[in-house]
Amino acid sequence: MNYAVEIKDLDLHFGNVKVLQQLNLDIHKGEFLVLLGSSGCGKSTLLNCIAGLLEVTDGQIFIGGKNVTWAEPSERGIGMVFQSYALYPQMTVEGNLSFGLRNAGMPRPEISERVKRAAGILQIEPLLKRKPAALSGGQRQRVAIGRALVRDVDVFLFDEPLSNLDAKLRAELRVEIKRLHDQLDNTMIYVTHDQIEAMTLADRIAIMKEGKIMQLASPNEIYNRPRNLYVADFIGSPSMNFLEGEIKAGKFHLEGIVIPLDGYEFVEGSRREGKAIIGLRPEHLVTGDNLASAAVRTKVDVELVEPMGSDTLIYTKLAGRPIHVRMDGQAQVSPGDKVEIGFQPERASLFDPVTEDRL
Amino acid sequence: MADALESKTTSLRDGPRGPKPRRTFSRRNILLYGTLFVIAVYYAIPLYVMIVTSLKGMPEVRLGNIFSPPLEITFAPWVKAWSEACTGLTCRGLSIGFWNSVRITIPSVIISTIIASVNGYGLANWRFKGANVFFTILIFGSFIPYQVLLYPVVILLREIGLYGDLAGLVIVHTIFGMPILTLLFRNYFSSLPEELFKAARVDGAGFWGIFLRVMLPMSIPIFAVAIILQVTGIWNDFLFGVVYTGPESYPMTVALNNIVNSTQGVVEYNVNMAATIITGLVPLTIYFVSGKLFVRGIAAGAVKG
Repeated sequence: MNYAVEIKDLDLHFGNVKVLQQLNLDIHKGEFLVLLGSSGCGKSTLLNCIAGLLEVTDGQIFIGGKNVTWAEPSERGIGMVFQSYALYPQMTVEGNLSFGLRNAGMPRPEISERVKRAAGILQIEPLLKRKPAALSGGQRQRVAIGRALVRDVDVFLFDEPLSNLDAKLRAELRVEIKRLHDQLDNTMIYVTHDQIEAMTLADRIAIMKEGKIMQLASPNEIYNRPRNLYVADFIGSPSMNFLEGEIKAGKFHLEGIVIPLDGYEFVEGSRREGKAIIGLRPEHLVTGDNLASAAVRTKVDVELVEPMGSDTLIYTKLAGRPIHVRMDGQAQVSPGDKVEIGFQPERASLFDPVTEDRL
Repeated sequence: MADALESKTTSLRDGPRGPKPRRTFSRRNILLYGTLFVIAVYYAIPLYVMIVTSLKGMPEVRLGNIFSPPLEITFAPWVKAWSEACTGLTCRGLSIGFWNSVRITIPSVIISTIIASVNGYGLANWRFKGANVFFTILIFGSFIPYQVLLYPVVILLREIGLYGDLAGLVIVHTIFGMPILTLLFRNYFSSLPEELFKAARVDGAGFWGIFLRVMLPMSIPIFAVAIILQVTGIWNDFLFGVVYTGPESYPMTVALNNIVNSTQGVVEYNVNMAATIITGLVPLTIYFVSGKLFVRGIAAGAVKG
């Protein structure tokens, strides 16, 4: 029993729409799992199923080894944080924090002690007597987290908790959530469409599409070895460059450019010849001094330059196909220049053009 | 060259700046305010005539100058309307009808609002099986003309022994107010963030807990709207009052009708006017006192069908 949450063959249909299909997911104790996907992929639906706010069509959900498929949300040992904070507007912060405990019929001294502890952890003690309307967005979200915290549960569910905040506050609270996780060691399931949040917070990321998990792995694995074209395209900003070519005799041929694949780790049993797609991340395409380490090099014409301060993005063409390359922020480059770019083949990703799976 | 640059910059500096000036007497304004003024006068003049006439004695009324202000202000018509005017057989004025109306309105409003708010909450947040069918029937219910149901309800009330009784009328008002009130509450509760409801469920609150401790404190505006709608609707009701009650329990509207329509000798226009104003005073006061709340609540209840 070292799983905090187990989801077995979960189905959820709204009428004829199959939102979740045969979904299986095991989440370790103390793990920070992020459900990532574009809107409508079923990630929030899955979270609502775990919380017990949606009745599942088929399948089972176990929390802490107990089958909670039919249990009420409050009986599942979960706390939930919502995107819109969902604080009770007519109650003070203290009232918001203690609402769940009062519903559970907990004695007063214990309630006030728990509220105090949670307020201490989140540093919201001075706000306890205020109403939510008198709080800023960041404070509200902190109270919402506190509401989950007081309940002393094993599993925290976050439903896009930072999406309503501005960029700066989002970054701050992101760090705070990570710190909270290190401190509490609870299991956390976190839904987001923001890949930065996913990459920075997660122990493991589950990338979802159309109610199915496309890949479940560590952020590092997902970034470096995406299992299919969808994941490769979804993760990374700006996104990966995809170029179609052919594998012949262990080398990738891209309109005259020959890329040796000796260092490339093929997925077991997928080494083969024929048409394939090569995926190159803009940041893996190197220029200037870094070219020394690149096994493959070629010259390209710069078409458009996007300086972003920390780095500069250039738009160009490789083998007749548009690509973008990330350069150093200090690079002096303007449209019309010729730039030599290169990359290491072992950092690339190869995909089957038909099944779209990684090779 | 330098001059050309100079003139260019000055023209920029002297060009339009700050808010664009608007003419007070534009054609649009004249049309708009003119129309509003005409409409306002159209509604205000009858009210003016009523008030002025109700303050005149009968000799003055007979002169026929309905627009002229009273030469001698008298409140006798008001007193007569309240306590002495004849309604058919008895001559006790509107006072009995007033108290009857109060006894009808208060329980009807309270009961119907409470039931409808729970209905609306259930329909909006606890999507039970058949909720949509139930809701469709309810909407349909609000379109049924009352006249169709008059006689069946008479039989129904007679069978349970409440025909001619105030309690019977209270039940009728409660039931007939239900479709529109439920619709109002359902739309309002649907407009509240769903996550709030979910959060309360995670916090372990049940059907009543969420309703009483989370939803209710947030729904003061819509309760105001419901109460205003019901009070004015029930207070102004004539049809049900005249059909389902007897002479002893006639509501105020029926009493007013009887005063105005009883033809014994001269028609006392001043008394009639006073009686009408007294009858209309309750809904009028409510609109004046709670106008803002009403508009806010209506707007809140209207979003999301």
